[in-house]
Amino acid sequence: MDSGLIPDKVHRTSAPVFYLWQIPWLALLGWGGLSAAACLFYGLNQTNMNDAFAFGVWIVFDLAVIALGAGAFFTGFLTYIVGKKELKSIINLAVIIGFICYSGAVGMLGLDIGQPIRGWFIFWHANVHSMLTEVSFCITCYLMVLTIEYLPNILENRQINRVPEFHWFAHNLHEIMFVFAATGAFLSFFHQGSLGGMFGVMYARPYAARYMFAIWPTTFFLFILSAMASGPCLTLIIATLLEKIGRKRLVKDEAKRLLAKIAGRLLMVYIVLKIIDTIAWIYGPAHSSGLKIGDFFRDGPYGWWTLIAEIGIFGVIPAIILNVQKAREHEGWLMLGCAMNCVGIVLNRFVMVILTLAIPVMPFDKFVSYLPTWQEWGIALAVFGYGGLVLSLSYRYLPVFPHERELNS
Amino acid sequence: MSSGGHGPTEGIKYGMVIDLDKCTGCGTCSVACMTENNIYVLEDESDKLKSITWLRIYRIENGKPFPDTRVAYIPRPCMHCDHHPPCVSVCPPTATTKDEVGGIVSQIPTRCIGCRYCIAACPYHARYFNWYDPWPTYQLPEKAVPGGPKELHFSLSPAGGASGSEAKQMAQALNPDVAPRMRGTVEKCTFCHHRLMAAKNRTYAEGKEEIPEAYYQTACVQACPAGAIAFGDLNNTHHRVHQLLKERKDHAFRLLEKLGTQPKVYYLSSQDWVREKADNFLDVPKGTAY
Repeated sequence: MDSGLIPDKVHRTSAPVFYLWQIPWLALLGWGGLSAAACLFYGLNQTNMNDAFAFGVWIVFDLAVIALGAGAFFTGFLTYIVGKKELKSIINLAVIIGFICYSGAVGMLGLDIGQPIRGWFIFWHANVHSMLTEVSFCITCYLMVLTIEYLPNILENRQINRVPEFHWFAHNLHEIMFVFAATGAFLSFFHQGSLGGMFGVMYARPYAARYMFAIWPTTFFLFILSAMASGPCLTLIIATLLEKIGRKRLVKDEAKRLLAKIAGRLLMVYIVLKIIDTIAWIYGPAHSSGLKIGDFFRDGPYGWWTLIAEIGIFGVIPAIILNVQKAREHEGWLMLGCAMNCVGIVLNRFVMVILTLAIPVMPFDKFVSYLPTWQEWGIALAVFGYGGLVLSLSYRYLPVFPHERELNS
Repeated sequence: MSSGGHGPTEGIKYGMVIDLDKCTGCGTCSVACMTENNIYVLEDESDKLKSITWLRIYRIENGKPFPDTRVAYIPRPCMHCDHHPPCVSVCPPTATTKDEVGGIVSQIPTRCIGCRYCIAACPYHARYFNWYDPWPTYQLPEKAVPGGPKELHFSLSPAGGASGSEAKQMAQALNPDVAPRMRGTVEKCTFCHHRLMAAKNRTYAEGKEEIPEAYYQTACVQACPAGAIAFGDLNNTHHRVHQLLKERKDHAFRLLEKLGTQPKVYYLSSQDWVREKADNFLDVPKGTAY
């Protein structure tokens, strides 16, 4: 039915099966659309956010998907700037995942602000002191860069590429892609950092407050490092999942191992710095605000387990797994290490948002808990629906994996 | 955009002194504040996580069993932090600033995009988000918009605000000096900033050089039946706030002083346990948060 659109000499499932595969993604998108309509029409009273929990599940998801989408800029940086040519096997997939994550995050942020129509005020009345201003500028610019990086892949669709102008344009975009890779790396460096900085600069919120290094809090650097360590792991997980679902090889092993090795090294550096930062926080900003470490993990559902899970179980363990060569070469261990790494980084974003707001600062203030409503879940999960749809369409109709034919011949 | 406004205020510095020994927790200040500043009333006003109370009253206890139980009330307006207010630097569209003269931390609702980063940054919970549509209908004066509509209709959210004829009656009671804020924006105590504007006009009209203390008083100060709240220029030796802090300096304290935000709202209490409740307990010097 649609065989004319499928890349040449590769095998894809039949059209009916493919369309059935879209149903769950479309269902998630439908749920998200209904939730978005409710929030836009009735306002954010449709959520369980409140004046204690000013941020909720959307900001957690935003931070998480932006970190996990970092595979795009970091793989691009390694491929085009550092010159790791073997990563060309996986760069297209990394760019698509990055595009999904960033566009999904921007969409969610648009709904998260109380006055979406005024979103442009951030650029018009920009407060240069605000970390969120920097995040907004860099994410918007980087989304444009990602679109440009994604474009050649779209233009390489079998039918579109027949048009000589499109063919020429895609070819020349490929030739200058290093410019966009460098721009993307620069922008990503700052917005990943500023997302961390957003929390570190909240000096009156002792859970988030951190020491300053030059003009940035330490969370600025930790967020960059953790995104670089976890983003490639999500790319690896999705590449492997696609291989399993499609029952074929798509990415060269050397590309996977190289990416896993670099992610593992970075995760090790990150987790060491994270432990040092946590100790410095306990004896620094947390102490000088008059609070003991126990005060932060005393109330409600957010106890000591958060610290143990984030740094110990989902930090140190994946760092060890990904730094052992034999484990990296074993698919099961590699996937376990990658998955634990991603969970650890999501947990980090979760605690930075939720615990920061949950822990009372005034001594007579009370602990408040928060559970999202179906509208909040709907919008958050719609990013998965949107991602599944874009990724499925890209995999079917675009030459995402340049070595697919060679690996399966 | 305000170029500075992050450092300590020099010259006129408006602030408040609240005597907790006098406060009975009656709530009149809070009600006066809501009326003065056109703060809407939710159907369930007991939902303190979504209702708006610029001046909220906290009840504290000393934690001892009867007959040693003691109770005190802490009215909490915006602290109008004097040093690097946590909410000001974080606001992306510069919708909140600290006035360079007077030091009032102001809020510009028409510029606020509702990102709520300021709410997250404020440790005093002094900032409030408009989760609901405020007033469903505004009655416009005949001459407000020549040839234009006589009523502005706003959408009515299902769970909040008043409705129908009740809402129309309430709209008649709005204070014309204060613009009601719209859904999806953040608001907070402004130290009745509109009264400062009126006081400036009056001072200018009367040819005076300095705003007299009585010309600029906030609604909560005027409403408090116990006379527990004083307001004025903290740096002016003739103002009551300055004198109170001088006379009772051993009883004066601010909330969360260790953080170094330097609130311009001071409290007075002769009871040690009340003063101890104002900050977290670790024995570290005030204002040293890195």
